[in-house]
Amino acid sequence: MNHVSPAVPRTLAEKVWDDHLVVKGEAGSPDLIYIDLHLVHEVTSPQAFDGLRLAGRPVRRPDLTIATEDHNTPTLDIDKPIADLTSRTQIQTLRNNCAEFGVRLHPLGDIEQGIVHVVGPQLGLTMPGITVVCGDSHTSTHGAFGAMAFGIGTSEVEHVLATQTLPLTPFKTMAITVEGELRPGVTAKDIILAVIAQIGTGGGQGYVLEFRGSAIRSLSMEGRMTVCNMSIEAGARAGMIAPDQVTYDYLEGRAHAPKGEDWDAAVAYWKTLGTDADAVFDAEVFLDANELEPFVTWGTNPGQGASLSGNVPDPSAIADPNERSSAERALEYMDLEAGTPLKEIRVDAVFMGSCTNSRIEDLRAFASVIKGQKKADGVRVMVVPGSARVRIEAEAEGIDQIVKDFGAEWRFAGCSMCLGMNPDQLAPGERCASTSNRNFEGRQGKGGRTHLVSPLVAAATAIRGTLSSPWDLGVTANSTSEGVNA
Amino acid sequence: MDKVSVVTGVAVPLERANVDTDQIIPAVFLKRVTKTGFDDALFYAWRQDPDFVLNRAEFAGARVLIAGPDFGTGSSREHAVWALRDYGFRAVLSPRFGDIFRGNAGKQGLLAGEISEEDVERIWAAIEAQPGIEASVDLVSKTVTIGEITAPFVIDDYTRWRLLEGLDDIGLTLRDEAQITRFELARETWRPRTIPVQQAVGD
Ligand code: SF4
Repeated sequence: MNHVSPAVPRTLAEKVWDDHLVVKGEAGSPDLIYIDLHLVHEVTSPQAFDGLRLAGRPVRRPDLTIATEDHNTPTLDIDKPIADLTSRTQIQTLRNNCAEFGVRLHPLGDIEQGIVHVVGPQLGLTMPGITVVCGDSHTSTHGAFGAMAFGIGTSEVEHVLATQTLPLTPFKTMAITVEGELRPGVTAKDIILAVIAQIGTGGGQGYVLEFRGSAIRSLSMEGRMTVCNMSIEAGARAGMIAPDQVTYDYLEGRAHAPKGEDWDAAVAYWKTLGTDADAVFDAEVFLDANELEPFVTWGTNPGQGASLSGNVPDPSAIADPNERSSAERALEYMDLEAGTPLKEIRVDAVFMGSCTNSRIEDLRAFASVIKGQKKADGVRVMVVPGSARVRIEAEAEGIDQIVKDFGAEWRFAGCSMCLGMNPDQLAPGERCASTSNRNFEGRQGKGGRTHLVSPLVAAATAIRGTLSSPWDLGVTANSTSEGVNA
Repeated sequence: MDKVSVVTGVAVPLERANVDTDQIIPAVFLKRVTKTGFDDALFYAWRQDPDFVLNRAEFAGARVLIAGPDFGTGSSREHAVWALRDYGFRAVLSPRFGDIFRGNAGKQGLLAGEISEEDVERIWAAIEAQPGIEASVDLVSKTVTIGEITAPFVIDDYTRWRLLEGLDDIGLTLRDEAQITRFELARETWRPRTIPVQQAVGD
């Protein structure tokens, strides 16, 4: 980003950046950027609090900091002590640190407990035009509100706790324009998987992505969060979507959203944030939404994906030698033959959850497909709400009953099977259709095999036992499908 | 933080692209609450294979890692850097790094330099011809020397300066504390605010 006088047209990202400039970096040194909201969880914070303690520093702004427990938490028997000793220690360490430094924590059992990227928006803390950081790469999720939100490492967590700022070098900007209308059954998840397959897992490196175009505008906040969530899988630090009426409607009335005069002032400001008509991006990418089909991954990085109607690709047809060998390795790990139709791939498990797809609308979309059906024999299906509040909301709508009648497990909130850190894991060799965001080797448990999918594909796969979309069920999911067709 | 200027030691070829941080250190090790002692966790899954490059006797005590493109992508876990550092690595060279990994590396005194793919291939070949050969990574001249080969690498000036000076980030920022306070006084009231906990009495 080039920082020039405000008269020059600017992108959304540049506007938010400029409004958080504490000290302008000189001669190649980074800018000092103010952080409006710092989200904390148990995994990446203990060493940061330790650092503060060693240096005798306080948390500068406990009122701009909030913590939750998600990665290590079990999703069953949450009232019992955590069985795994190291997990228990990590959770207890967070509790001690929050108490010692005065940080608000939503622990297991609290109604606001849940995946950190579900909790921020649900409380109304995530809002347009702010900077959000968290020691977690999927902080990009919050960019759906027009916030500049990105993941940081533990040293940076300590830095933000101590100073409420970060020294940062400006990012470059990339516009990803998705025009057209999604067909029923095609969702936000398919958009972002297709974007990553197009630009590659390194394609967004150094960039803030701004998602634009009619297909993006038509998404609900949940759908927008799904898209921004996986910006990191394209290598980008952040993804953003300009705020609009959908954003304001989602926010208004939430616990921490501005009220009264503050609300009016905020909305007036938020309306100025969109990218100026003549602003120039450092790079541009286009995607036709009309052409999109349900998308799945076949490999071991999120860029290794294809339309569900296609086949497992043949590595020998890939020109780039690095991509070729990584595809070869991926097929070996995934135990897949080139040329196999993706729809013939049989799964052992379906995981519906994670910060990509565990919000109420995701659960509604999933439930709309499985309602009145039975899961395929031998397939284990887990449904894990993103937060305790989402869980309660879903239960009020009867979604838990639909899930149980279907033969699936209804769990308590947390990261769950998104990563092999808590009791919810794949066994070696098990294959899973997962609504999460990473299909790396061993991500869902040692030796586990992951296919990334949308909630609708997860649901259809759970019914048929092979990778499937609602199109294969002879029904059209004209329900909300992440809000796309709402 | 210790000053870093020249890293000299045994160089290891990691002949793979797209080595994400889940491979560098699997999630199960993230449960620890300490900042050190991660050497056993580095490349944990791959090290179960006796033929994995780090298990070869010639590469004992390695300090320089020469990796394929897109090293350190994926999860933000700083543990990836701690694991490399605890194992003994002081420099990693790759044609491309994950952004967060590269940032984390700079903060922990691990030199992460970008080097061309051709040079990586040449260095791999040189190491294979003479396993156990030492590399010298010079942050002053921004070059790596191994046997006959001398190749340039790229590192941003700010990170380089901090590594050379051994400067701590927080201390640097707090030199601007007056400006931070001034910024805070001008912040709009609509911006988010949590409800902090009361500090215990006597704190
Ligand atoms: S759900 Fe998965 S990706 Fe999201 S924060 Fe938890 S572990 Fe990370």
